[in-house]
Amino acid sequence: MDGTRRGFLKAALTAAGATTTPLYAQDQGRGSGQAVPSDPALRVKSLESLLVEKGLVDPKAVDALIDTYEHKIGPRNGARVVARAWVDSAYKQRLLANADAALAELGYGGLQGEHMVAVENTPAVHNLVVCTLCSCYPWPVLGLPPVWYKSAPYRSRSVIDPRGVLRELGLDLPASVAVHVWDSTAELRYMVIPERPAGTETLGEEQLADLVTRDSMIGVAKVSAPQVRGRL
Amino acid sequence: MNGVHDMGGMHGMGPIQLEKNEPVFHARWEARVFALNRLVGAWGKWNIDASRHVKELIPPAEYFRISYYEKFLVGMTELLVNSGLVTRAELESGKPARDSKKMNPPLTVDKVPLFVARGVPASRDVTVEAKFRVGQRVRARNLNPTGHTRLPRYARGKPGTIERDHGVFVFPDTNAHFLGENPQHLYSVRFAARDLWGDQAAPQDAVYVNLWDTHLEPA
Repeated sequence: MDGTRRGFLKAALTAAGATTTPLYAQDQGRGSGQAVPSDPALRVKSLESLLVEKGLVDPKAVDALIDTYEHKIGPRNGARVVARAWVDSAYKQRLLANADAALAELGYGGLQGEHMVAVENTPAVHNLVVCTLCSCYPWPVLGLPPVWYKSAPYRSRSVIDPRGVLRELGLDLPASVAVHVWDSTAELRYMVIPERPAGTETLGEEQLADLVTRDSMIGVAKVSAPQVRGRL
Repeated sequence: MNGVHDMGGMHGMGPIQLEKNEPVFHARWEARVFALNRLVGAWGKWNIDASRHVKELIPPAEYFRISYYEKFLVGMTELLVNSGLVTRAELESGKPARDSKKMNPPLTVDKVPLFVARGVPASRDVTVEAKFRVGQRVRARNLNPTGHTRLPRYARGKPGTIERDHGVFVFPDTNAHFLGENPQHLYSVRFAARDLWGDQAAPQDAVYVNLWDTHLEPA
Protein backbone atom coordinates (compact mmCIF):
# COMPACT_ATOMS: atom_id res chain seq x y z
CA MET A 1 0.00 0.00 0.00
CA ASP A 2 2.75 2.34 1.03
CA GLY A 3 4.80 1.32 -1.96
CA THR A 4 1.82 1.88 -4.21
CA ARG A 5 1.28 5.32 -2.75
CA ARG A 6 4.91 6.31 -3.27
CA GLY A 7 4.80 4.87 -6.73
CA PHE A 8 1.72 6.87 -7.49
CA LEU A 9 3.09 10.11 -6.15
CA LYS A 10 6.13 9.60 -8.28
CA ALA A 11 3.90 8.95 -11.26
CA ALA A 12 1.84 12.05 -10.50
CA LEU A 13 4.99 14.11 -10.29
CA THR A 14 6.38 12.89 -13.54
CA ALA A 15 3.19 12.39 -15.50
CA ALA A 16 1.60 14.67 -18.04
CA GLY A 17 4.51 15.81 -20.06
CA ALA A 18 7.33 15.84 -17.57
CA THR A 19 10.40 14.03 -18.75
CA THR A 20 12.98 15.07 -16.20
CA THR A 21 13.03 15.65 -12.49
CA PRO A 22 11.77 19.19 -12.14
CA LEU A 23 13.67 21.93 -10.39
CA TYR A 24 11.21 23.00 -7.78
CA ALA A 25 11.23 26.35 -6.12
CA GLN A 26 11.05 25.99 -2.37
CA ASP A 27 8.03 27.29 -0.55
CA GLN A 28 10.00 29.56 1.69
CA GLY A 29 12.43 30.70 -0.92
CA ARG A 30 9.70 31.95 -3.22
CA GLY A 31 9.80 35.51 -1.97
CA SER A 32 10.35 37.18 -5.29
CA GLY A 33 8.45 34.62 -7.29
CA GLN A 34 11.16 34.60 -9.90
CA ALA A 35 12.70 31.49 -11.37
CA VAL A 36 9.36 29.75 -11.65
CA PRO A 37 10.08 26.27 -12.93
CA SER A 38 8.75 25.62 -16.36
CA ASP A 39 8.02 21.99 -15.66
CA PRO A 40 4.85 22.42 -13.59
CA ALA A 41 3.61 24.75 -16.31
CA LEU A 42 3.87 21.92 -18.82
CA ARG A 43 2.25 19.41 -16.48
CA VAL A 44 -0.64 21.75 -15.76
CA LYS A 45 -1.16 22.54 -19.40
CA SER A 46 -1.31 18.87 -20.27
CA LEU A 47 -3.63 18.11 -17.34
CA GLU A 48 -5.97 20.98 -18.17
CA SER A 49 -6.29 19.96 -21.80
CA LEU A 50 -7.06 16.38 -20.70
CA LEU A 51 -9.71 17.57 -18.23
CA VAL A 52 -11.31 19.82 -20.83
CA GLU A 53 -11.24 17.14 -23.51
CA LYS A 54 -12.91 14.67 -21.15
CA GLY A 55 -15.58 17.22 -20.31
CA LEU A 56 -14.56 17.28 -16.65
CA VAL A 57 -13.92 21.00 -16.59
CA ASP A 58 -15.36 24.04 -18.38
CA PRO A 59 -12.34 26.11 -19.49
CA LYS A 60 -14.39 29.31 -19.25
CA ALA A 61 -15.09 28.48 -15.61
CA VAL A 62 -11.32 28.22 -15.05
CA ASP A 63 -10.90 31.74 -16.43
CA ALA A 64 -13.84 33.04 -14.40
CA LEU A 65 -12.54 31.64 -11.11
CA ILE A 66 -9.09 33.08 -11.71
CA ASP A 67 -10.56 36.45 -12.62
CA THR A 68 -12.65 36.42 -9.45
CA TYR A 69 -9.62 36.08 -7.19
CA GLU A 70 -7.24 38.21 -9.23
CA HIS A 71 -9.58 41.14 -9.76
CA LYS A 72 -12.78 40.99 -7.74
CA ILE A 73 -12.17 39.54 -4.30
CA GLY A 74 -9.30 40.85 -2.19
CA PRO A 75 -8.32 42.75 0.95
CA ARG A 76 -10.28 45.81 -0.15
CA ASN A 77 -13.38 43.90 0.98
CA GLY A 78 -12.01 43.40 4.46
CA ALA A 79 -10.87 47.03 4.61
CA ARG A 80 -14.44 48.17 3.99
CA VAL A 81 -15.64 45.92 6.81
CA VAL A 82 -13.05 47.32 9.21
CA ALA A 83 -13.84 50.92 8.25
CA ARG A 84 -17.54 50.30 8.84
CA ALA A 85 -16.77 48.75 12.24
CA TRP A 86 -14.69 51.80 13.14
CA VAL A 87 -17.39 54.33 12.33
CA ASP A 88 -20.40 52.31 13.46
CA SER A 89 -20.05 50.73 16.89
CA ALA A 90 -23.36 48.88 16.57
CA TYR A 91 -22.04 47.28 13.38
CA LYS A 92 -18.83 46.32 15.17
CA GLN A 93 -20.83 44.62 17.91
CA ARG A 94 -22.80 42.67 15.31
CA LEU A 95 -19.55 41.74 13.57
CA LEU A 96 -18.03 40.42 16.78
CA ALA A 97 -21.18 38.57 17.81
CA ASN A 98 -22.14 37.07 14.44
CA ALA A 99 -19.60 37.78 11.74
CA ASP A 100 -21.44 35.86 9.00
CA ALA A 101 -24.55 38.02 9.31
CA ALA A 102 -22.58 41.26 9.66
CA LEU A 103 -20.42 40.50 6.62
CA ALA A 104 -23.52 39.59 4.64
CA GLU A 105 -24.84 43.09 5.34
CA LEU A 106 -21.96 44.37 3.19
CA GLY A 107 -22.36 41.59 0.66
CA TYR A 108 -19.42 39.44 1.73
CA GLY A 109 -19.35 35.71 2.40
CA GLY A 110 -19.02 32.42 0.57
CA LEU A 111 -16.14 30.27 -0.51
CA GLN A 112 -13.54 29.78 2.23
CA GLY A 113 -15.39 32.24 4.43
CA GLU A 114 -18.61 30.29 4.87
CA HIS A 115 -18.16 30.58 8.63
CA MET A 116 -16.35 33.68 9.84
CA VAL A 117 -15.14 34.98 13.18
CA ALA A 118 -13.96 38.56 13.72
CA VAL A 119 -11.58 39.32 16.57
CA GLU A 120 -10.82 42.83 17.76
CA ASN A 121 -7.46 44.34 18.59
CA THR A 122 -7.50 46.66 21.59
CA PRO A 123 -4.83 48.42 23.66
CA ALA A 124 -4.78 45.27 25.83
CA VAL A 125 -5.08 42.44 23.26
CA HIS A 126 -3.40 41.83 19.91
CA ASN A 127 -4.76 39.06 17.70
CA LEU A 128 -2.84 37.08 15.12
CA VAL A 129 -4.24 34.57 12.60
CA VAL A 130 -2.46 31.48 11.28
CA CYS A 131 -3.17 28.04 9.86
CA THR A 132 -0.47 25.74 11.18
CA LEU A 133 -1.83 22.65 9.40
CA CYS A 134 -2.34 24.01 5.88
CA SER A 135 -3.30 27.41 4.46
CA CYS A 136 -6.80 28.34 5.71
CA TYR A 137 -7.48 32.02 5.12
CA PRO A 138 -10.61 34.21 4.89
CA TRP A 139 -10.99 34.50 1.11
CA PRO A 140 -14.17 36.63 0.95
CA VAL A 141 -12.58 39.47 2.90
CA LEU A 142 -8.86 39.09 2.16
CA GLY A 143 -8.66 37.20 -1.12
CA LEU A 144 -6.06 34.44 -1.51
CA PRO A 145 -3.23 34.26 1.02
CA PRO A 146 0.28 35.59 0.36
CA VAL A 147 3.14 33.10 0.06
CA TRP A 148 4.59 33.95 3.47
CA TYR A 149 1.29 33.12 5.20
CA LYS A 150 1.41 29.62 3.69
CA SER A 151 5.12 29.17 4.34
CA ALA A 152 6.74 26.87 6.89
CA PRO A 153 8.40 29.72 8.83
CA TYR A 154 5.12 31.49 9.56
CA ARG A 155 3.11 28.32 10.16
CA SER A 156 5.68 26.84 12.53
CA ARG A 157 6.67 29.91 14.51
CA SER A 158 3.54 31.99 14.97
CA VAL A 159 2.07 29.72 17.64
CA ILE A 160 5.24 29.16 19.69
CA ASP A 161 6.80 32.60 19.27
CA PRO A 162 4.20 35.11 18.10
CA ARG A 163 6.04 38.03 19.65
CA GLY A 164 9.25 37.09 17.85
CA VAL A 165 7.35 36.75 14.57
CA LEU A 166 5.72 40.16 15.04
CA ARG A 167 9.03 41.75 15.99
CA GLU A 168 10.62 40.30 12.88
CA LEU A 169 7.80 41.84 10.86
CA GLY A 170 8.32 45.22 12.50
CA LEU A 171 5.80 45.15 15.33
CA ASP A 172 7.32 45.17 18.82
CA LEU A 173 4.51 44.70 21.33
CA PRO A 174 4.94 45.67 24.99
CA ALA A 175 4.42 43.10 27.74
CA SER A 176 1.23 44.92 28.72
CA VAL A 177 -0.42 43.64 25.55
CA ALA A 178 -1.64 40.03 25.51
CA VAL A 179 -1.11 38.19 22.22
CA HIS A 180 -3.89 35.88 21.11
CA VAL A 181 -3.05 33.53 18.25
CA TRP A 182 -5.93 31.96 16.31
CA ASP A 183 -5.00 28.67 14.64
CA SER A 184 -7.49 28.02 11.83
CA THR A 185 -7.91 24.28 12.33
CA ALA A 186 -11.58 24.13 11.24
CA GLU A 187 -13.86 25.59 8.57
CA LEU A 188 -13.92 28.83 10.52
CA ARG A 189 -12.03 31.75 9.08
CA TYR A 190 -10.73 34.62 11.14
CA MET A 191 -10.27 38.28 10.43
CA VAL A 192 -8.70 40.79 12.77
CA ILE A 193 -10.31 44.19 13.31
CA PRO A 194 -7.22 46.33 13.85
CA GLU A 195 -7.20 49.35 16.13
CA ARG A 196 -8.26 52.60 14.56
CA PRO A 197 -5.21 54.86 14.58
CA ALA A 198 -5.26 58.16 16.42
CA GLY A 199 -5.60 61.24 14.26
CA THR A 200 -8.23 59.75 11.94
CA GLU A 201 -11.27 61.28 13.62
CA THR A 202 -12.10 63.51 10.67
CA LEU A 203 -11.79 60.82 8.01
CA GLY A 204 -14.81 59.31 6.31
CA GLU A 205 -15.47 55.61 5.88
CA GLU A 206 -13.92 55.37 2.41
CA GLN A 207 -10.79 57.23 3.50
CA LEU A 208 -10.50 54.98 6.52
CA ALA A 209 -10.79 51.90 4.31
CA ASP A 210 -7.84 53.23 2.30
CA LEU A 211 -5.67 52.95 5.43
CA VAL A 212 -6.52 49.34 6.27
CA THR A 213 -3.94 46.87 5.01
CA ARG A 214 -4.19 43.14 4.42
CA ASP A 215 -1.46 42.50 6.99
CA SER A 216 -3.34 44.45 9.68
CA MET A 217 -6.32 42.13 9.18
CA ILE A 218 -4.10 39.04 9.55
CA GLY A 219 -2.71 40.65 12.68
CA VAL A 220 0.95 41.04 11.68
CA ALA A 221 0.79 44.85 11.42
CA LYS A 222 -0.99 47.85 12.86
CA VAL A 223 -2.84 50.44 10.83
CA SER A 224 -0.95 53.71 10.55
CA ALA A 225 -2.52 57.15 10.42
CA PRO A 226 -2.08 58.87 7.07
CA GLN A 227 0.98 61.01 6.58
CA VAL A 228 -0.11 64.62 6.55
CA ARG A 229 1.80 66.55 3.92
CA GLY A 230 3.61 69.68 5.02
CA ARG A 231 3.33 68.88 8.70
CA LEU A 232 5.54 67.02 11.08
CA MET B 1 -1.04 11.68 11.07
CA ASN B 2 2.10 13.00 12.67
CA GLY B 3 3.33 14.51 9.42
CA VAL B 4 5.47 17.52 8.63
CA HIS B 5 2.36 19.49 7.65
CA ASP B 6 1.58 19.66 11.37
CA MET B 7 4.37 22.16 11.96
CA GLY B 8 3.05 24.42 14.71
CA GLY B 9 5.90 24.89 17.21
CA MET B 10 8.66 23.45 15.04
CA HIS B 11 12.01 25.22 14.88
CA GLY B 12 14.51 25.76 12.12
CA MET B 13 12.24 26.89 9.29
CA GLY B 14 14.03 30.21 8.85
CA PRO B 15 12.86 33.81 8.61
CA ILE B 16 9.52 34.92 7.23
CA GLN B 17 9.98 36.38 3.78
CA LEU B 18 7.58 39.13 2.92
CA GLU B 19 7.20 40.17 -0.68
CA LYS B 20 6.30 43.72 -1.62
CA ASN B 21 3.38 44.09 -4.04
CA GLU B 22 2.96 40.34 -4.20
CA PRO B 23 0.80 39.17 -7.11
CA VAL B 24 -2.12 36.81 -6.44
CA PHE B 25 -0.35 34.18 -8.58
CA HIS B 26 3.35 34.07 -9.47
CA ALA B 27 2.82 32.22 -12.73
CA ARG B 28 -0.14 31.41 -14.94
CA TRP B 29 0.12 27.71 -14.18
CA GLU B 30 -0.45 28.47 -10.49
CA ALA B 31 -3.68 30.24 -11.37
CA ARG B 32 -4.79 27.31 -13.56
CA VAL B 33 -4.04 24.79 -10.79
CA PHE B 34 -5.94 26.90 -8.27
CA ALA B 35 -9.05 27.01 -10.45
CA LEU B 36 -8.85 23.42 -11.77
CA ASN B 37 -8.60 22.14 -8.21
CA ARG B 38 -11.91 23.81 -7.30
CA LEU B 39 -13.64 22.78 -10.51
CA VAL B 40 -12.77 19.09 -10.36
CA GLY B 41 -13.79 19.15 -6.70
CA ALA B 42 -17.29 20.14 -7.87
CA TRP B 43 -17.81 16.59 -9.12
CA GLY B 44 -18.35 15.71 -5.47
CA LYS B 45 -16.12 12.65 -5.64
CA TRP B 46 -14.16 13.84 -2.61
CA ASN B 47 -14.39 16.50 0.06
CA ILE B 48 -12.14 19.29 1.30
CA ASP B 49 -10.83 17.11 4.14
CA ALA B 50 -9.78 14.38 1.73
CA SER B 51 -8.08 16.99 -0.42
CA ARG B 52 -6.13 18.23 2.60
CA HIS B 53 -5.17 14.72 3.61
CA VAL B 54 -3.87 13.75 0.20
CA LYS B 55 -1.37 16.60 0.42
CA GLU B 56 -0.35 15.49 3.89
CA LEU B 57 0.62 12.14 2.34
CA ILE B 58 3.28 13.74 0.16
CA PRO B 59 6.55 12.37 1.59
CA PRO B 60 8.18 14.88 3.98
CA ALA B 61 11.24 15.74 1.87
CA GLU B 62 9.00 16.26 -1.14
CA TYR B 63 6.53 18.30 0.90
CA PHE B 64 9.22 20.85 1.66
CA ARG B 65 10.89 20.66 -1.75
CA ILE B 66 7.92 21.46 -3.92
CA SER B 67 5.99 24.73 -3.97
CA TYR B 68 2.50 25.35 -2.63
CA TYR B 69 0.68 25.02 -5.94
CA GLU B 70 2.75 21.99 -6.92
CA LYS B 71 1.38 20.31 -3.81
CA PHE B 72 -2.08 21.22 -5.11
CA LEU B 73 -1.21 19.71 -8.46
CA VAL B 74 0.05 16.49 -6.90
CA GLY B 75 -2.96 16.22 -4.58
CA MET B 76 -5.51 16.95 -7.28
CA THR B 77 -3.88 14.46 -9.64
CA GLU B 78 -4.00 11.70 -7.07
CA LEU B 79 -7.64 12.42 -6.22
CA LEU B 80 -8.56 12.40 -9.91
CA VAL B 81 -7.06 8.94 -10.32
CA ASN B 82 -8.30 7.52 -7.00
CA SER B 83 -11.84 8.65 -7.79
CA GLY B 84 -11.76 7.20 -11.29
CA LEU B 85 -12.41 10.53 -13.03
CA VAL B 86 -9.10 10.11 -14.83
CA THR B 87 -7.03 7.01 -15.41
CA ARG B 88 -3.31 6.82 -15.00
CA ALA B 89 -2.95 5.95 -18.67
CA GLU B 90 -4.82 9.12 -19.60
CA LEU B 91 -2.56 11.15 -17.34
CA GLU B 92 0.52 9.72 -18.95
CA SER B 93 -0.68 10.14 -22.52
CA GLY B 94 -2.45 13.44 -21.88
CA LYS B 95 -5.35 12.14 -24.02
CA PRO B 96 -8.76 10.69 -23.06
CA ALA B 97 -9.05 6.91 -23.38
CA ARG B 98 -10.51 5.93 -26.72
CA ASP B 99 -13.64 4.44 -25.15
CA SER B 100 -14.29 7.31 -22.76
CA LYS B 101 -17.46 9.33 -23.22
CA LYS B 102 -17.26 13.09 -23.05
CA MET B 103 -18.89 14.32 -19.84
CA ASN B 104 -20.61 17.54 -18.87
CA PRO B 105 -18.88 19.51 -16.14
CA PRO B 106 -21.10 20.26 -13.12
CA LEU B 107 -19.60 23.70 -12.46
CA THR B 108 -19.94 25.65 -15.69
CA VAL B 109 -18.96 29.30 -16.11
CA ASP B 110 -22.51 30.53 -15.47
CA LYS B 111 -22.52 28.82 -12.07
CA VAL B 112 -19.20 30.24 -10.87
CA PRO B 113 -20.58 33.43 -9.26
CA LEU B 114 -23.11 31.50 -7.17
CA PHE B 115 -20.50 28.88 -6.25
CA VAL B 116 -18.16 31.61 -5.00
CA ALA B 117 -20.96 33.44 -3.18
CA ARG B 118 -22.31 30.34 -1.44
CA GLY B 119 -19.18 28.34 -0.86
CA VAL B 120 -19.40 24.91 0.69
CA PRO B 121 -20.70 25.26 4.25
CA ALA B 122 -19.37 22.76 6.79
CA SER B 123 -21.97 23.42 9.48
CA ARG B 124 -24.83 20.94 9.76
CA ASP B 125 -28.36 21.72 10.79
CA VAL B 126 -28.82 18.69 13.02
CA THR B 127 -29.31 18.45 16.75
CA VAL B 128 -26.30 16.98 18.46
CA GLU B 129 -25.73 17.42 22.15
CA ALA B 130 -22.64 19.41 23.07
CA LYS B 131 -20.29 17.46 25.34
CA PHE B 132 -18.77 20.63 26.77
CA ARG B 133 -19.99 24.07 27.79
CA VAL B 134 -18.43 27.50 27.45
CA GLY B 135 -16.05 28.20 30.32
CA GLN B 136 -15.44 24.52 31.05
CA ARG B 137 -11.89 23.31 31.60
CA VAL B 138 -10.98 20.58 29.15
CA ARG B 139 -7.96 18.68 27.94
CA ALA B 140 -7.09 17.92 24.35
CA ARG B 141 -6.84 14.15 24.09
CA ASN B 142 -3.52 12.56 23.33
CA LEU B 143 -4.57 11.14 19.99
CA ASN B 144 -2.04 10.03 17.39
CA PRO B 145 -4.05 8.68 14.47
CA THR B 146 -2.18 7.61 11.35
CA GLY B 147 -4.91 9.24 9.26
CA HIS B 148 -6.16 12.81 8.96
CA THR B 149 -6.74 14.90 12.07
CA ARG B 150 -7.23 18.59 12.73
CA LEU B 151 -5.95 18.24 16.30
CA PRO B 152 -2.44 19.69 16.05
CA ARG B 153 0.35 17.89 17.89
CA TYR B 154 1.27 20.92 19.98
CA ALA B 155 -2.15 20.92 21.68
CA ARG B 156 -2.39 17.20 22.49
CA GLY B 157 -2.57 16.41 26.17
CA LYS B 158 -2.71 20.10 27.03
CA PRO B 159 -5.32 21.73 29.28
CA GLY B 160 -7.52 24.49 27.92
CA THR B 161 -10.82 26.28 28.33
CA ILE B 162 -13.88 26.23 26.08
CA GLU B 163 -14.13 29.79 24.84
CA ARG B 164 -16.93 29.49 22.31
CA ASP B 165 -19.28 26.81 20.97
CA HIS B 166 -19.69 27.29 17.22
CA GLY B 167 -22.43 24.72 16.81
CA VAL B 168 -22.44 21.48 14.82
CA PHE B 169 -19.87 20.92 12.08
CA VAL B 170 -18.61 18.10 9.88
CA PHE B 171 -15.81 16.20 11.63
CA PRO B 172 -12.81 16.22 9.25
CA ASP B 173 -10.98 13.31 10.90
CA THR B 174 -13.59 10.83 9.62
CA ASN B 175 -14.81 12.79 6.61
CA ALA B 176 -11.32 12.85 5.06
CA HIS B 177 -11.43 9.04 4.90
CA PHE B 178 -15.03 8.88 3.61
CA LEU B 179 -16.06 7.40 6.94
CA GLY B 180 -18.95 9.81 7.40
CA GLU B 181 -19.43 13.43 8.34
CA ASN B 182 -19.92 12.53 11.99
CA PRO B 183 -21.30 16.01 12.77
CA GLN B 184 -20.52 17.27 16.25
CA HIS B 185 -19.91 20.47 18.18
CA LEU B 186 -16.96 22.59 17.23
CA TYR B 187 -15.37 24.89 19.78
CA SER B 188 -12.74 27.55 20.13
CA VAL B 189 -10.50 26.23 22.88
CA ARG B 190 -8.20 28.65 24.64
CA PHE B 191 -4.79 27.30 25.60
CA ALA B 192 -2.57 29.45 27.80
CA ALA B 193 0.70 29.91 25.92
CA ARG B 194 2.62 28.71 28.99
CA ASP B 195 0.63 25.48 29.12
CA LEU B 196 1.73 24.81 25.54
CA TRP B 197 5.30 26.09 25.55
CA GLY B 198 6.43 26.50 29.14
CA ASP B 199 8.02 29.48 30.80
CA GLN B 200 9.48 30.88 27.58
CA ALA B 201 5.99 32.06 26.65
CA ALA B 202 4.51 35.28 27.99
CA PRO B 203 2.08 34.56 30.85
CA GLN B 204 -0.70 36.65 29.31
CA ASP B 205 -0.55 35.09 25.83
CA ALA B 206 -2.86 32.39 24.48
CA VAL B 207 -3.41 30.20 21.44
CA TYR B 208 -6.96 29.45 20.32
CA VAL B 209 -7.54 26.19 18.48
CA ASN B 210 -10.76 24.95 16.88
CA LEU B 211 -11.43 21.46 18.18
CA TRP B 212 -14.38 19.09 18.03
CA ASP B 213 -16.02 17.00 20.78
CA THR B 214 -14.03 13.91 19.78
CA HIS B 215 -10.75 15.78 20.39
CA LEU B 216 -11.59 16.73 23.96
CA GLU B 217 -12.05 15.28 27.42
CA PRO B 218 -12.96 16.93 30.72
CA ALA B 219 -9.89 18.30 32.51
